[in-house]
Amino acid sequence: MRKTAIIWQIIGLLGALLFPWYMVQGGFFSFSWVGGIFSDPKNASAFAQGLFHQKWWLITSLLPLVGTALALLFIKNTKLLAKFLVMISIAGLVLIFAQGFIVSRTGARIFADLFVGGAGEAGQVGFGAGAFVVLFSQLFILTTGFSGLGKGRGDAFIVGLIGLIVSLVGVFVFFPVSHILIQAFEGPEGNLGLAEFFDNFTSSRIWGVRCLYEANSCGTAWNSLFLAIMTGAGTTLLGLAFALIATRTNFRAKRLLRVLTIIPIITPPFVIGLALILLFGRSGMVSEFLYDHFDVEKTRWLYGFWGIYIAQLLSFTPIAFLVLIGVVEGVSPSMEEASQTLNGDRWQTFRFVSFPLMRPGLANAFLLGFIESMADFGNPLVLGGNYSVLSTEIYFSIVGAVANSGKAATLAIVLLSMTLGAFLLQRMWLGKKSYATVTGKGDSGQHASLNPLLRGFCYATTIPWAIFTVIVYSMIVFGSFVKLWGYDHSFTFAHYIRAFSINFTDGIRFTGVAWDSYFTTLTISSIAAPLTTIVGLATAYLLVRQKFVGKQVFEFSTMLSFAIPGTVIGVSYILAFNVPPIELTGTSIILILVFVFRNMPVGVRGGIAAMSQLDKSLDEASITLGANSFTTVRKIIVPLMGPAILAALTYSFVRAITSVSAVIFLVSAKHNMATSFIIGRVENGEFGIAIAYSTVLIVTMLSVILLLQFIIGKRRLRRENRIQKHTKTKVAQA
Amino acid sequence: MSNNQITGSVRFENVVKNYGSVVALKDLTLDIVPGELVTLLGPSGCGKTTTLRLIAGLEAATGGNIFIGNDNVTHLSATYRNVSMVFQSYALFPHMSVLDNVAYGLKVSSIPKKEAYDKARDGLAMVGLKGYDERLPSELSGGQQQRVAVARAVVLEPEVLLLDEPLSNLDAKLRRQVREQIRQIQQRLSLTTVYVTHDQEEAMAVSDRIIVMKNAEIAQIGTPMDLYNTPNSKFIADFIGDANVIDCEVSAIKSGIATVEIPGAKLKILTNQTTNFNASLVIRPQNVSLEQASKKAGIKGTVTYAAYLGNQIQYTLDSAIGELFVVDNNMADMFKVGSDVDIILNEKKLVLVSK
Repeated sequence: MRKTAIIWQIIGLLGALLFPWYMVQGGFFSFSWVGGIFSDPKNASAFAQGLFHQKWWLITSLLPLVGTALALLFIKNTKLLAKFLVMISIAGLVLIFAQGFIVSRTGARIFADLFVGGAGEAGQVGFGAGAFVVLFSQLFILTTGFSGLGKGRGDAFIVGLIGLIVSLVGVFVFFPVSHILIQAFEGPEGNLGLAEFFDNFTSSRIWGVRCLYEANSCGTAWNSLFLAIMTGAGTTLLGLAFALIATRTNFRAKRLLRVLTIIPIITPPFVIGLALILLFGRSGMVSEFLYDHFDVEKTRWLYGFWGIYIAQLLSFTPIAFLVLIGVVEGVSPSMEEASQTLNGDRWQTFRFVSFPLMRPGLANAFLLGFIESMADFGNPLVLGGNYSVLSTEIYFSIVGAVANSGKAATLAIVLLSMTLGAFLLQRMWLGKKSYATVTGKGDSGQHASLNPLLRGFCYATTIPWAIFTVIVYSMIVFGSFVKLWGYDHSFTFAHYIRAFSINFTDGIRFTGVAWDSYFTTLTISSIAAPLTTIVGLATAYLLVRQKFVGKQVFEFSTMLSFAIPGTVIGVSYILAFNVPPIELTGTSIILILVFVFRNMPVGVRGGIAAMSQLDKSLDEASITLGANSFTTVRKIIVPLMGPAILAALTYSFVRAITSVSAVIFLVSAKHNMATSFIIGRVENGEFGIAIAYSTVLIVTMLSVILLLQFIIGKRRLRRENRIQKHTKTKVAQA
Repeated sequence: MSNNQITGSVRFENVVKNYGSVVALKDLTLDIVPGELVTLLGPSGCGKTTTLRLIAGLEAATGGNIFIGNDNVTHLSATYRNVSMVFQSYALFPHMSVLDNVAYGLKVSSIPKKEAYDKARDGLAMVGLKGYDERLPSELSGGQQQRVAVARAVVLEPEVLLLDEPLSNLDAKLRRQVREQIRQIQQRLSLTTVYVTHDQEEAMAVSDRIIVMKNAEIAQIGTPMDLYNTPNSKFIADFIGDANVIDCEVSAIKSGIATVEIPGAKLKILTNQTTNFNASLVIRPQNVSLEQASKKAGIKGTVTYAAYLGNQIQYTLDSAIGELFVVDNNMADMFKVGSDVDIILNEKKLVLVSK
């Protein structure tokens, strides 16, 4: 324990001495700060700031760091040392954050009398590299101290990992979300008040019910709720029909169904909306056709509830399918066979055995669809028209003519409570009601085939829907090659050339308008994906393999960010990270962070699933053989989790590229993302370029997925080669 | 007291283990002598595996102290305890070759690579798997995997070797062979070994001493012979070997001999109790002989079930003292179902246990 603590102590001291305490111009990696690490008041390290630049409060908050150093030098009793380290490093963390919150960019917020003099009144900017190094060192000295007290079985690595993830989730999920609460209660003059909140909260714009008795629109909350319930029900029904066909019939094209489930994952969320406009919009293909041949008037019916609803059904049915195929397969065939041997016919078997067993799964799929619909931003933005829902209202109250962050925060609270409510319902009510009937024991037998009427019904719903999906997707490709949709359908590459032209005349110059955002997107996604994977799988490891106090709270809070809609996260990030001490808006770091913590639950879920497949005694064997938990993770768990790691990598990469809701608040001129660029084109009515760009994104993601699949495939081959080699040598010996 | 202990002993002092409100071990105190093979035996949920995992350091004790050798290891994590364990599922690392599996513990203890592999090869030779170095675990049979697991645990030269139901995944014939091999290796290296099983025959076959556990407590400790011949409770009598446990009335105890009354007979049975107590009578199936029914007074019974097994005949009887299970080695003639018999008990072999 002492050794680990000393390492972190040295890192902390280096951070305080040789790294710039504040954010530096041009970013840390420009290394422009090196020259002024002591002399320049902007770039100086913490000790230098304190000693030479009148920032005395930095010295005070660094005293605990000196304290732990002294403790490590002079306290020989391990238990006592651990106690001291814990207490002092807690003080250190508190002091560092306290000074960060008290002294803002414009001077001290409270205790102003203490902070008189030039530096105190001048204020300070956000934490920089030095501050983060010191914070991490204090955090890990704290966890090491805890492990020294015998917590977490005295395992410094495990306690450190728990500490790290708890603080990361705390700082990047709970801290920003709590800002929303504060913002919602904040009056126009910055005073906290309930009146403002209740005005906003009870506004008829949110809760109005006028649509019930007169031709007027209802409040956004009702709109969102109604849409979400409809979408949840619709996707669950369609998903169930697809799942039944995939498992209970000898339908030929089952593999095609699998493909249909992947495509929406790699589709940016508003693209389906765009395709629907191309089909059913005022100048859409179908609308034109109906007008020309049947005199059906061209209307704007698509822009409103029906448009969003169809788009959401298209987008989220695959998710319901993925959930329900597991549920349908999870009903043990022997139960159905038992029912049939007891003289139940196929309908009775389905009605009284299979269906009741599936019910919790269906409820789960419904709630998932509900949450997805609530959180959906892309489709309502493109197709919403006058049907305003919470997620887009939040966006418009931030970027609208009059930015009203109080209103945005209030709407965010309404949205958050609805999704969290659904999430809690799912966890508490369904958590206990699992009828998963397939056990580890071999369960042979065949699923009962469907009753003909039911099968007919399934086919009748799914086949048209599948065809519709295919048409919608072909629209996307088709639309990118025509000049001006609805007016001039002549073939052209113009959109691609505008977006992705390259000029070779003097060297290679990427002259297309989309290149900037394309490269930014790829870079940020490729940085975010491995980080998401690491955080997600590390959390999964702790949840599956370790026992510690507060584990349930820990699990709940890591899964929580799944239920926080992207728009809410986006708003909370700009509210929280626009001011010191953690100032990140306008940087690429904030984009990476938002991806990591939004997609983390996916990594956690995947990791939990993969890790539950690994026999726990493998870890225990490694540990009893004298390996510590870090070595065990490195040599046993990571190698055995290969496929899960790749899956998590792929998924978080793809989610980062297709994400739009949170990102749209956080992009800057310098760091623009593909999706927000496309949204911008859509808002300008440049559908051609938007669709061309979307097509390129889809192709990019497909190639990445195929590449990763290829790597996994190769791994498997190598193993088979090995086995083949062995059998050959065996034959040779014989 | 701890000064005169040497490497390889295990001592529990008032160890308690709770999982939330569930008590897995209540106040366990036990001593394991260096070099002996002790079996933890008991029905599932009795706390035997918990005890083993506490020695390994895979679980943390809720209270009490655990010593290995002279060291108090109660708060030491598994990594730093000098014990190694053979798991029920073997837990061979599927992505490593047999040799890498066996060398793993040596390598992570920073023993030079060459030495680690040499020792690992010796270990494989010891369990009779020379030349299997490069195989993957999936390419071995169950018995071979089991031996790799033993080699992997033994090459570390642990103070204590722990075996968690090591034979449960093998078929019956292989089981006897492997348990003999484990016992031989254990005696050759004089390794302190703690062995968990729920199979009493297996426990009798390998152990120096057996610790029988029940409901998170020790029910009885003793050599296999002690447990079979002088069970201290109804539970032990029933659990170790087959036994008929019959209600009886103790009418008097005089100089170590109890007078016991059951319907149809009055028996004199050795006991270490001095005062009258509430007792049950333990009758082993082979300590009963059957005779053709006669007019004599005695215990009468009727055969309700008879099975011919080649080397013995098993009967179930309905009698005045309750249902009796009897093993008869007299193969010459066999009683038919429904025949009436006289039941004769071998008084010297009967045991009294408290109710």
